[in-house]
Amino acid sequence: MSTIAQKRGFASTIWDYLTTVDHKKIAILYLIAGGFFFLLGGIEAMLIRIQLAVPNNDFVSAGFYNELLTMHGTTMIFLAAMPLLLGFMNAIMPLQIGARDVAFPFINALGFWLFFFGGVFLNLSWFLGGAPDAGWTSYASLSLASEGHGIDFYALGLQISGFGTLMGGINFLVTIINMRAPGMTYMRMPLFTWTTFVASALILFAFPPLTASIFMLTFDRMFGANFFNVAAGGNTIIWEHFFWIFGHPEVYILILPAFGIFSEIFATFSRKRLFGYSSMVFATVLIGFLGFMVWAHHMFTVGLGPVANAIFAVATMAIAVPTGIKIFNWLLTIWGGSIKFTVPMIYAVAFIPSFVMGGVTGVMQAAAPADYQYHDSYFIVAHFHYVIVGGVVLALLAGTHFYWPKMFGTMLSEKIGKFTFFFFFVGFHLTFFVQHFLGLMGMPRRVWTFLPGQGLDTGNLVSSVGAAFMAIGVVSLLVNIVITTMKNERVGNDPWGDGRTLEWALPSPAPFYNFKQLPLVRGLDAYWLEKMEGKDTLTPAEPIGDIHMPNPSFVPVVISFGLFVAAFGAMYQVDDKPWAIPVLIIGLAITFGAMLYRSIKDDHGFHIHKEDLMEDDDDNKGVKA
Amino acid sequence: MNADEKYTPQTWPEGPERATLEGKNKFLGFWFFLGGETVLFASLFATYIALKDKVPSPDHALAKDLFELPLVFVMTMLLLTSSLTSVYAMYHLKNYDFKKMQLWLVITVLLGLGFLGCEIYEFVHYYHAFDHTFTSSAFGSAFYTLTGFHGAHVIFGLAWFIALIVRNAGRGLNLYNAPKFYVASLYWHFIDVVWVFIFTVVYLMGMVG
Repeated sequence: MSTIAQKRGFASTIWDYLTTVDHKKIAILYLIAGGFFFLLGGIEAMLIRIQLAVPNNDFVSAGFYNELLTMHGTTMIFLAAMPLLLGFMNAIMPLQIGARDVAFPFINALGFWLFFFGGVFLNLSWFLGGAPDAGWTSYASLSLASEGHGIDFYALGLQISGFGTLMGGINFLVTIINMRAPGMTYMRMPLFTWTTFVASALILFAFPPLTASIFMLTFDRMFGANFFNVAAGGNTIIWEHFFWIFGHPEVYILILPAFGIFSEIFATFSRKRLFGYSSMVFATVLIGFLGFMVWAHHMFTVGLGPVANAIFAVATMAIAVPTGIKIFNWLLTIWGGSIKFTVPMIYAVAFIPSFVMGGVTGVMQAAAPADYQYHDSYFIVAHFHYVIVGGVVLALLAGTHFYWPKMFGTMLSEKIGKFTFFFFFVGFHLTFFVQHFLGLMGMPRRVWTFLPGQGLDTGNLVSSVGAAFMAIGVVSLLVNIVITTMKNERVGNDPWGDGRTLEWALPSPAPFYNFKQLPLVRGLDAYWLEKMEGKDTLTPAEPIGDIHMPNPSFVPVVISFGLFVAAFGAMYQVDDKPWAIPVLIIGLAITFGAMLYRSIKDDHGFHIHKEDLMEDDDDNKGVKA
Repeated sequence: MNADEKYTPQTWPEGPERATLEGKNKFLGFWFFLGGETVLFASLFATYIALKDKVPSPDHALAKDLFELPLVFVMTMLLLTSSLTSVYAMYHLKNYDFKKMQLWLVITVLLGLGFLGCEIYEFVHYYHAFDHTFTSSAFGSAFYTLTGFHGAHVIFGLAWFIALIVRNAGRGLNLYNAPKFYVASLYWHFIDVVWVFIFTVVYLMGMVG
């Protein structure tokens, strides 16, 4: 089991990734797949902005525009932002808590493949008769009336990928509770681990309502049920409730890990302990809790009545308090620090004002009477892009630069990184700042064009130019990745020089068993503590011994593929295709058969022997940074 | 830990389902999974309550016309008893008495099959006597989805038990399969708890509401 670099064929590398259960490789899979969907969603966004650059444009048709805006939102939330964050959680969190792997390596792989096949299924809609076109919220009153199979792709694709996310959430929860290294108490966990923990709890409790409502939508559209069919006694508001009982926690599932990434970056590059660590943890948990209490603020104009609206308005405003605690803690972390403006730090500093602007418009909308004015206008579009792009996407870009060396062993170019930042950040504000005013001037969202002479022309043009800037930024990031990979200049354990947490004590990338000896954690910022005492390694908590590892497995791909096949059957039986029901049955048989196989076939994993670990040590001599 | 290690009742650890790290993870992970399932069923219950007796025209059967408590009582007794027998099985698991554990699991499966038979009879009866189907009304959709999801869980649980009983029949207990038996029985208890709520919310409240 020596790790001497071997030249391996392309096919064997592919097979390795298809069967891997290693959290670091699964993280790379998430990064590649999520990055691909991010580019796809970005192209959809560019098409939207080209269409809206000038009034009365006919670059795309109205129907196609509906498909674009639906797929842009759905792709960015479910197939880009979440998987990319899950990728960072996979790559970093187990290292941060001093674990050799996640609690359920097999289920970790299964979660990825379910997401992947769900995402592919959803996007196949472009080639098979049209994409979903009822918005990413897919309100039942609209989606039941949508013709073709677009909404069917939405329902089945999201259902499959949602199962995957749910498994990821459970896996991370158990990992953090059971797999922490000796001495890693809850209040010594790095903040990214804490936010992963709370976000996973949100996934666990927020996804089942989505699962339930997507089942109802599937049954209504494909199997003749009447949940949302008013003529048969149904009620379309049920969909709205469930969607937002899921949908609001979902935005915290996205933003909390982003907060975690920024917390790590602030502490690292201010070279200071994170200010107010305990209150940061408290604020994270409180945001997670309150996140479930506010869903109806998306439904102020539905007519739930003044009492319901008032309660949800107050609860919504309350969330500004823990979020404010976080903002001030970050500011006070920078305050008096010995600051290094690396690319991740630049993103982090730019994030604070951007996100605060999104937060302020959020509180404006929380005032229910005022919301009647903002509702369904570009003001809303501006708001949620400010929090999601200004918060989540900036964190993803910052995290990509920050953790790239730990994941791939090379440093992204700082020069190109600054170029990326400049274009993306300027483009972001150009695109979305002006949309606040477009919205206040009455421009509705989700409409494919606008008329000239209404004062909307300049604003929309500025917005489209900004989108082009963002595209330049993203392309330069890709160039950066290609150049860095071609150069392949390997870096050592702690390439930033100021790593505070356990992952920076490991080689970049970490060996597949992570820790040869589990570390003894003696406080918050465990690696920083060791460095302050003049050491560059962690204090081991155990002697070198055999390490137990899980076996790779192809079964996760098979289970996920079965559902992918079954989804086609479920969808086309509506058209009375004779092959549809057999395909549905075959697909489910593949899935459940593979599950049965997994259940009855013993899988004890394997051991890396002590002697091999020692040998590794000799191999690595002289390579260590 | 050697998974195939042979134990005696004396050396068998006190909490065999959590004696290994894998077992501990499985135990905790499964509890979390049941937490998620609880929210799933809560959603279905909420939908059912919202759509109860919502039918397109007055000639459709309503809850008070459909349900008959004697049958539901029998079903409840079958499922509650099966939960008890699975507890007996787990008792023998802890005492390292493989044969008795298998016996009680088989009894659990038989009781579960009895429940399932009653449920199928019930659905067929509603269809023939009342034209109350999945597609006939929003009430029908909500009713069959809630009870059907529960029924699908029963089927999955039975398949799971049978797979475990057959797979392990030849080799007895060890620390590798003890957590598997244990989480399967947790799942079975969960199904039972959901049924208690269905019995109350759907049937009892359907008769008096």
